[in-house]
Amino acid sequence: MSIGLILLFVVGLGVIGFYLGRRRALTSVSGDPRKLHSLPSQYGQSVFLFTVVPALLLLAVWLLAEPRVIDSRVRGVVEATGATGSELDLKMADVTRISEGLDALVQRSTLTEDQLTQMRADMADVRGRLADVGVALGSAVEPAVFQAAKQRRALVQTSSLLKGAGVALFAIAGFAFAISRINPTFRARNVSEGVVMALLIGSSLVAILTTVGIVLSLVFETASFFRMYPAKDFFLSLTWNPQFRGGSDLGIWPLLWGTLYVSFIALLVAVPIGLLAAIYLAEYASKRVRSVAKPAIEILAGIPTIVYGLFALITVGPALRDYFAQPLGLGSSSSSVMTAGLVMGIMLIPFVSSLSDDIINSVPQAMRDGSYGLGATKSESIKQVILPAALPGVVGAVLLAASRAIGETMIVVLGAGAAAKLSLNPFEAMTTITVKIVSQLTGDTEFASPETLVAFALGLTLFVFTLGLNVLALYIVRKYREQYE
Amino acid sequence: MYDMNRVENAVGQDEIKISARKVQVYYGDTHAIKDVDVDILDKTVTAFIGPSGCGKSTFLRCLNRMNDTIAAARVEGKIALDGEDIYDRRVDPVQLRAKVGMVFQKPNPFPKSIYDNVAYGPRIHGLARNKAELDEIVERSLRGAALWNEAKDRLQEPGTGLSGGQQQRLCIARAVATSPEVLLMDEPCSALDPIATGQVEELIEQLRQQFSVVIVTHSMQQAARVSQKTAFFHLGNLVEYGETDDIFTKPKDSRTESYISGRIG
Repeated sequence: MSIGLILLFVVGLGVIGFYLGRRRALTSVSGDPRKLHSLPSQYGQSVFLFTVVPALLLLAVWLLAEPRVIDSRVRGVVEATGATGSELDLKMADVTRISEGLDALVQRSTLTEDQLTQMRADMADVRGRLADVGVALGSAVEPAVFQAAKQRRALVQTSSLLKGAGVALFAIAGFAFAISRINPTFRARNVSEGVVMALLIGSSLVAILTTVGIVLSLVFETASFFRMYPAKDFFLSLTWNPQFRGGSDLGIWPLLWGTLYVSFIALLVAVPIGLLAAIYLAEYASKRVRSVAKPAIEILAGIPTIVYGLFALITVGPALRDYFAQPLGLGSSSSSVMTAGLVMGIMLIPFVSSLSDDIINSVPQAMRDGSYGLGATKSESIKQVILPAALPGVVGAVLLAASRAIGETMIVVLGAGAAAKLSLNPFEAMTTITVKIVSQLTGDTEFASPETLVAFALGLTLFVFTLGLNVLALYIVRKYREQYE
Repeated sequence: MYDMNRVENAVGQDEIKISARKVQVYYGDTHAIKDVDVDILDKTVTAFIGPSGCGKSTFLRCLNRMNDTIAAARVEGKIALDGEDIYDRRVDPVQLRAKVGMVFQKPNPFPKSIYDNVAYGPRIHGLARNKAELDEIVERSLRGAALWNEAKDRLQEPGTGLSGGQQQRLCIARAVATSPEVLLMDEPCSALDPIATGQVEELIEQLRQQFSVVIVTHSMQQAARVSQKTAFFHLGNLVEYGETDDIFTKPKDSRTESYISGRIG
């Protein structure tokens, strides 16, 4: 029984349950809803929920467990051929594909169930017939693998039947239980309130658990990296020189330096421009200008970073090289820290300006009145009263922009180059942690060498960095809020 | 206290500080102030009373051009400070506001230290040549606002850490520090408890020695206690203006009588 059908059955039963439950609640008080503890539709809801939720939970658990159980059953058959390691994995993959291919054959009625039971790999042209249904196999099918595939197919079929029956049983049981509970004193309202709460808790758990999962996977991979490569070298070495043949130098400093240098230049561009734009928008601009200018600036935030990267690669990089770097004798590379920093700075302007604008606007009007009332001009008021009042919030905005800059990848790939270097010259190509994570993991690599696993250590370092900045930013913003509320 | 006022009324000065003629204020299409004529005397406390929305705060804000900061507001007519039209093109509202100080309804100390709050005005107007002079201005202003004894040991602490009444007196000190000629107060006691209100009222009485004070208030008792002149506003019109005692004891207009006896408002 397919999952779609099962779902349809469960939900259909739930909907019927809703109407039945509502009617039963109403008839139990002979049509006077005021005598009920809850609204009639809440009784219906309780039936719907008792029908649908347990059944769907069972379905979810089943779907999660099914492949594992079947896999472990079939694996035994394949292991009997003496295959181990990656060979075993390949054969298991074949088993899955063959069993799915057989399914397709049966469905197209080119093969009957009886024929299939008698079919043997060493006698029939399994490979050719499977190719007809789009399953291309690299070699002739081994008898043991074919046997395993047939077994797998049988298991899948049984499981599918049991799954359908089990879920339907759960749905019907829940339905009957919920219907039997309906009477005028049953507190259906509390049930639907409880479900709403469970839904909300569930949603926030998804977000939290995902974060925890990501961190854990980073931590475990990093730990296995440090088993292969000494942590001392990673944190203290000043060279970055990965060799896929082994014997690499994987020091984080050149990358960290590049990251911080590019981010620094980006903030140097974004913070003054963003802040001044925010002040203009919040204090000087008329309503009409503001309603046009603010969205216009925020469009910058909507441009994909790869487009910024192209802009850096094609326009900014060559221009900087031709008009600054070469005349000044500082280098001849069109990709440079300066290029990436400038373009990233432009990207960050809306982050700084939009947040700062909100913060400046939230400074109470009483502060402005007080300052104007003492004969201060607009710019004096801004400099001496409004900005100091908004400062903690503005710092928060800047830190958020900084963590954005540190994590940025595409602009750096296209703007700053890929050479890991420790240099002060901003017109030289350098690279950042994020770029190296990408380059260490792209291509046909095995996840077992320090050269690839270093990406996780880099990722974790980056994560700790940006997390620290975000926590700092949140702390500062929160402290600021307390001042006025 | 009521009797004391009577005596002081007799010595009130007659020199006109601010004169307003045919003042109209519009907020967009709303005609908020209609044809107001008023003469505010020097070294006198003038109270503006009237029901909510009658325009008394709006008129007060005309006197130092604070309405300029509201885009939709438009002021017509003539308001003269010492005979000089304050809405004249040549008058800089910034300089005007240094001469006509203002204290607001809710205490609004800046998020700075007590010292910096008071020194704010003198600093932006360059009133002190050196630190010692600034210190002296701050001390004088805080004494003038009866806050010196409470604040002298904590001048570097934030002004927002003071109690509500202290904050309002800090705002008065801040306004006094620029040595204004007129002090406008927009319901300065409405956010304060009775004790703090009493302190501020005493303060107003002292401030009158130096300059003219205009106070908007909802409390008729307060108007009677602190002011020598009272103006009663109703629906944007100045209904009656005269000696405080006359307004409260023998009002000429029936609307004034209704308001002070609690029938309208």
